[in-house]
Amino acid sequence: MLLAKVVGTVVATRKDPRLEGQKLLIVMPLTPEEVERGQKSPSAAKTNYLVAVDTVDAGYRETVMIVQGSSARLASTCKDIPVDAAIVGIVDTVTLK
Amino acid sequence: MLNSSFIIYRLVEVMFLARVVGNVVATIKDPQLAGKKILVVQPVDSAGRHHGSKLLALDSVGAGAGETVYCCRGREASFPWWPDEVPTETTIVAIVDRVNRANVNDE
Repeated sequence: MLLAKVVGTVVATRKDPRLEGQKLLIVMPLTPEEVERGQKSPSAAKTNYLVAVDTVDAGYRETVMIVQGSSARLASTCKDIPVDAAIVGIVDTVTLK
Repeated sequence: MLNSSFIIYRLVEVMFLARVVGNVVATIKDPQLAGKKILVVQPVDSAGRHHGSKLLALDSVGAGAGETVYCCRGREASFPWWPDEVPTETTIVAIVDRVNRANVNDE
């Protein structure tokens, strides 16, 4: 599971029928340190991003938790649909000891 | 053609030792995650040295900050709560008391 920030949305008209009604978001992975510091946006040097299916009504610029791989299909609205990354939580705070 | 680095990644990363270094608070989350603790873990090697980048893990054993734990990755990460299907990719499945490690350089 990774921390990430929502940086955009994806619109796709032609898609697998099982993906109909699912919200697709572009997320950029963040390190726990970046989230704890309260970094507003991912550093410009970052170019890696993921497309994730939203299951918790996350919005633009929110910090979220994403699950990757076959576990993504276990998220509440992702049963038996072709999904490889799912947003399963909206992060309030991260505390590092 | 199979990507050999991917295979190595899977072999190394399926179960690993880690140290708990923090926690995550999330109010809005998947209903299956309600009441479960989400921790930040730093993977370590068998000598306790940091190894790789930090990630989030769901706790199934009551681990706390500073403890060495071992984690399970992939689809199997949801098995501690079976038959519930919890959407987790990394789960803390044990708290490590000690690691006995042969010094491979001596052999």
